[in-house]
Amino acid sequence: MRDLAFDTASAPSSSPLAHQEAPLLEANGLTFSAGKEVLLDGVDLQIRQGSRTLIMGPNGAGKSLLLRLLHGLLKAHQGEVLWQSKPLSAQARRTQAMVFQRPVLLRRSVLANLKFALSVRGLRGGDRARKIDKALASAGLSHLAQRPARLLSGGEQQRLAVVRAIACEPSLLFLDEPTANLDPASTAAIEDLLMDANARGVTIVLVTHDAGQARRLGEDVIFLQGGKVAETGSVEEVLNSPQSEPVRAWRDGRLYLGPNTQILRDHSGRIS
Amino acid sequence: MDSFWSVLGGAFGLVFALDPDLMEIIGLSMRVTLTAVFFACLIGLPLGAAVGAFRFPGRTFLAVVLNALMGLPPVVVGLLVYLMLSATGPLGPLRLLYTPTAMIIAQMVLVTPIVAALTRQLVEDLYREYSEQFASMGVGPLDRLTSLLWDARYSLLTVALAGFGRAVAEVGAVIIVGGNINHVTRVMTTTIALETSKGNLQLALALGVILLLIAFVVNACVMALRASAARAAYA
Amino acid sequence: MIKRAFLALLGAAMIFQLAGQQAEADEKFIIVQSTTSTQNSGLFDYLLPRFQDRTGIQVRVVAVGTGQAIRNAANGDGDVLLVHSKPSEEKFVADGFGVARSDVMYNDFVIVGPASDPAKISGSNNVIEALRKIAEAKALFASRGDDSGTHKAELRIWKAAEIDAGAASGDWYRETGSGMGATLNTGTGMGAYIMTDRATWIAFGNKADFEIMVEGDPKMFNQYGVVLVNPETHPHVKAKLGQAFVDWLLSKEGQAAIASYKVDGQQLFFPNANDGSS
Repeated sequence: MRDLAFDTASAPSSSPLAHQEAPLLEANGLTFSAGKEVLLDGVDLQIRQGSRTLIMGPNGAGKSLLLRLLHGLLKAHQGEVLWQSKPLSAQARRTQAMVFQRPVLLRRSVLANLKFALSVRGLRGGDRARKIDKALASAGLSHLAQRPARLLSGGEQQRLAVVRAIACEPSLLFLDEPTANLDPASTAAIEDLLMDANARGVTIVLVTHDAGQARRLGEDVIFLQGGKVAETGSVEEVLNSPQSEPVRAWRDGRLYLGPNTQILRDHSGRIS
Repeated sequence: MDSFWSVLGGAFGLVFALDPDLMEIIGLSMRVTLTAVFFACLIGLPLGAAVGAFRFPGRTFLAVVLNALMGLPPVVVGLLVYLMLSATGPLGPLRLLYTPTAMIIAQMVLVTPIVAALTRQLVEDLYREYSEQFASMGVGPLDRLTSLLWDARYSLLTVALAGFGRAVAEVGAVIIVGGNINHVTRVMTTTIALETSKGNLQLALALGVILLLIAFVVNACVMALRASAARAAYA
Repeated sequence: MIKRAFLALLGAAMIFQLAGQQAEADEKFIIVQSTTSTQNSGLFDYLLPRFQDRTGIQVRVVAVGTGQAIRNAANGDGDVLLVHSKPSEEKFVADGFGVARSDVMYNDFVIVGPASDPAKISGSNNVIEALRKIAEAKALFASRGDDSGTHKAELRIWKAAEIDAGAASGDWYRETGSGMGATLNTGTGMGAYIMTDRATWIAFGNKADFEIMVEGDPKMFNQYGVVLVNPETHPHVKAKLGQAFVDWLLSKEGQAAIASYKVDGQQLFFPNANDGSS
């Protein structure tokens, strides 16, 4: 599995065993509105244990919102989120972690940030120190341990945020477009960290815009459009032979302006 | 009245002569105000942070009350504390009236709302940055409080300075509960009030200049502290 | 490094504060509630060290308006009351707050005014006539308006002159609601006539071009009285030490000390303890 992870070709599909297990995370009929506007409309999905799932779609599709509902940061207006077949509890949340598009770091040193995250989990002393050293090494940040975290470059900060999340040993790691603002080198470093973590059994749920990243990282894809699930499947299926119009339009580089999309200007002739 | 420069010269003359009475008065002013600000921060920082970082019913009302209390007139505070500490008051038996301790208490009452209200605003703004990440990481309430306070530490220094400025400059509270007793409860501001009432305006003004200089020095020290932190890049 | 220095400074400050508080607790002292005019004349700075040398008792003076001094003493926030408002002092004793009232000394009030003297009263020794002239000329007059001994004396004189000065409040009659010093500052600032006790005026540092206009009228006689706060009403009062102070003030030595206090060569207070106390 590990060698294939460095392939530029798409990642292999999941092992046969996984089909027989209950999904780690499940959503049924998730609906969320802001005032009159319905942002998510009856979203159903399943995340397999140990998988790498990508949530994709155009801006405004509701991807980030979906992530937050799955992680329990927001409560859906309708529908439910199930973790290991039970409703999502605060305790279950503690076995998850999330990395945001812009890294959220405390105004203290790199080391202190890691220390903080681990003490929140109840770790102390030598155990904690070992985990910190490992995390710093895996991110290539050991030489910056004493530097104020906010002084780091964007890529370094995000690497820190990722290893901080991984150091807490979550069962599932959510990431909201973690490399959207980063250069290729930082992106590669972070993708490596994610593949390593996944190889150790951490389930990954990642929101991305990037088709290339999808092919590099993805196993499963959930494509959102206008608050609804347009299509799901493996990466090859969805990206190579899309079934739905939204995905096809996206792959072809067209803007999908479906029946419910508000048209702001007269695009005479441009809508195909 | 003589020119501004002669007053300034008079002020420096007093300082350099190291007049023992003056030194005593300055020492007491500093002791009273610094102690009051210290305890005001001890109470006000966690209080403000709690109101800023937690959601509970009545939160907005409490925030409004804290903001309003920033405008407490010192003389009203003095009166209230006097009524508490007076022999006929509830805390009379403690015999604290007309002592520096009473002055410290009065200034604490004055400064704590300032510290709390400003801390609340700082922490609330800061918490917006961190709320999702903290929720994701499962940060408990106490950790939330301490980490936000520490994160805001350099801005909170300015808050403490605001409290210090208010306290060192006020006369209404300390004169009522302290009694402006010579060698016991006489501080810079009450001395200025006394000399003014005796018509010794030049002396009063010179003392005022000294008070300003002290405030300036304190602020400069804290600014130096902040600058060194900025170099250590508190982004 | 800076953190450690800061913590060290903090620790030192706290120890300093605690030490200070302890030191105070060990001293022998009494609290005297008196008036700002007496304080501002400098009498206490002259008199009290003598008493302390004699008896080792430190006298802490809280100088406020007469009304506030009496109020404070009635609350038990003082051991001795020393003001200049005989009717109020007698009431204080009658109400059970004081043990007994004694005459200590007197000084007199004067009326001071700008050199331009708009009401033309300079050199007068008839205060009633002077006040009538001021009212007729509608010349500015600054009153303390704070219910103090001085203020009450001023009101008595207006009443004797049958003039309702209060009706002109805000017009030519300006009530500052302040102590003697503040009122003098305000009065000299606006060129108003002011009734003040001689002692405060002589010691006052901001006279502008003002001079004494009216003096010597027996109606402007200002009697000071001393009262020991009643330990039966307020058991914590330091009765023994307070009585020692009262006794000293009334003694030959104390009275002589009062008489010897001079500013600019002028005696400010005239001891009269033996001339019939109540």
